[in-house]
Amino acid sequence: MTTTLLPHKFGPYGGQFVPETLMPALIELEREFVSARNDPAFNAEFDKLMASFVGRPTPLTYAKRLSEKLGGSQIYLKREDLAHTGAHKINNALGQALLVKRMGKKRIVAETGAGQHGVASATAAALLGLECVVYMGSVDIARQEPNVFRMRLLGAEVRPVESGTKTLKDAINEAIRDWVTNVRDTHYLLGSALGPHPYPTIVREFQSVIGREAREQMLMDAGRLPDTVIACVGGGSNAIGVFSGFVNDEHVELIGVEAGGSGIPSGKHAARFGDPEKARVGVIHGTRTYVLQDEDGQIAETHSVSAGLDYAAIGPEHAMLRDNERAFYTSATDVEALNAFQMLCHTEGIIPALESSHAVAEVIKKAPTMRKDQVILVNLSGRGDKDLNTVIKELGTNM
Amino acid sequence: MNRIENAFKNKPIFMPYFPLGYPDLETSVDVIEALATPALAGGARENGADLIEVGLSFSDPLADGPVIQQATQIALEKGITVKKSLEAVKELRTRGVTIPLILMGYYNPMLAYGLEKFIRDAREADADGFIIPDLPMEEAEEFTSVAGDLPLIQMLAPTSPDERMEAIARNAKGFIYLVSVTGVTGERREISNDLGALIARVRAHTSAPVCVGFGIGTPEQAKQVGQLADGVIVGSACVKTIGGSEKPVEAAKEFARSFAAALGKSY
Repeated sequence: MTTTLLPHKFGPYGGQFVPETLMPALIELEREFVSARNDPAFNAEFDKLMASFVGRPTPLTYAKRLSEKLGGSQIYLKREDLAHTGAHKINNALGQALLVKRMGKKRIVAETGAGQHGVASATAAALLGLECVVYMGSVDIARQEPNVFRMRLLGAEVRPVESGTKTLKDAINEAIRDWVTNVRDTHYLLGSALGPHPYPTIVREFQSVIGREAREQMLMDAGRLPDTVIACVGGGSNAIGVFSGFVNDEHVELIGVEAGGSGIPSGKHAARFGDPEKARVGVIHGTRTYVLQDEDGQIAETHSVSAGLDYAAIGPEHAMLRDNERAFYTSATDVEALNAFQMLCHTEGIIPALESSHAVAEVIKKAPTMRKDQVILVNLSGRGDKDLNTVIKELGTNM
Repeated sequence: MNRIENAFKNKPIFMPYFPLGYPDLETSVDVIEALATPALAGGARENGADLIEVGLSFSDPLADGPVIQQATQIALEKGITVKKSLEAVKELRTRGVTIPLILMGYYNPMLAYGLEKFIRDAREADADGFIIPDLPMEEAEEFTSVAGDLPLIQMLAPTSPDERMEAIARNAKGFIYLVSVTGVTGERREISNDLGALIARVRAHTSAPVCVGFGIGTPEQAKQVGQLADGVIVGSACVKTIGGSEKPVEAAKEFARSFAAALGKSY
């Protein structure tokens, strides 16, 4: 019964589970996206902003000392932490904001967990002259305070969300409620590869710049493709972005790292693929995918030291990649991520985001098992300045 | 004639929403019973609601405003489940509630319960149909193919263009749930001036009854909407008034009486 222009499902996952009020907006968004992607002027404007404003291409850094320390494969870092605003989120935020201009809408709403997408949205809104409201759970506001100030400096209004678990899931609920109320002049600038079609596809397309650049850079710098690509997965936008560059290179292994929180047996985590007892296929925030939930279909509380990975569902395309065994998923605990955070600081002089530290944690496990002539590419999705308060608190006097 | 058709013999109908399990399971069943049959005055049954939307709770009700969010959150904290909700519907039938009871809830708890089992148990509980706000036309087939003759009530919104209205109304069963405002559930100060035109647009595509919901909070507003539509849906105001009362069952009776009277129903 669906007549979408683009495929609206990823195997059995994805779809459009939203109130009727929003369906026309999704149809319009898809139409605009398809026409924009076929418009050389739109693509030229996007590319120009990526270069002149975001600072793309972001570098590929050979992590020499980390590679030596781990004593296995060679490790390369795709430096999304060096993108303007400090994370990959700006790629998608600017892309969608350009679509908003094209649709003639004047206002955007966004959700944010770690605050990186909120900052990116506020930045895009300031650059393009749009009104911006960011919904953020009050728990996340407390643990990502620097980003809250940043958003406000950029002219966005940050609205604390006190409902439910007061984290990313509830921020998305509130953003959708605002959108459904103001849909005629407002665009929902969704920050991850989640939500109803066409969002997972749009977000992947705008983030695919990461994978395209990384593939070229690997061939230039290392003279070969990586054996393994590793990225952290909350909703999964940085992972899908970097994976998209290698998904057709069948011999390149793709690994997504979920938030293991206090460990899977503790029940306090956000590992959708890691906990078969709590994660089942369901429908949340407009999409069908793996969702952490209780027996009665109520969405479960999640836990992670990193606000950006603290979410009960995973992007639908990841669910398909996993089914097809094209990508593999594992998890890193809070402790492992904090260790990885420190190791990258000490060995490479890079302070990674706690989200990205989960990917580094998997590198620490994986690299020693590989040969010296093998190569891991890790997507360093963001920088860690925003996490200093959390890290100081978690590490206490160990600092 | 099925119960829903029968309910529409006396238009406009009054259709309150109340979530099972709020403020606790027992009270909610009493409240729904009271909404259906507010009094036995002098032995004669005095009617209140013509149809009730029985709410199933979900942790993330993204189409709902604060009143229903809070009520369903409390229901969940008190331990409501899909299973207990379906048993409560059965209990309401045992108590002699004969008006149509439509189950309103989000899709995920139904999926988790198992669609086939959910429909089977809903049928056994003698429910009359379903309203699922996060299941638009595009995704409905999975559900309707299992539901068979139990209707999935189709929703239309002010943002629905004519071609969608036509496609959705074509398959309408039972009645059309017309969302009167762009937004979430909850009371509004005024009924939109455009409501008449919106209802006329819907009627151009269907002969099914058109019921209007979202934003209707007072008997006066219900009367106003009742002059245009075939049914008036009242959710947040019902939950707030009854949930905020120390005597919820009495409040439910009074609520039902006042809205039924505003809609010109005298018995």
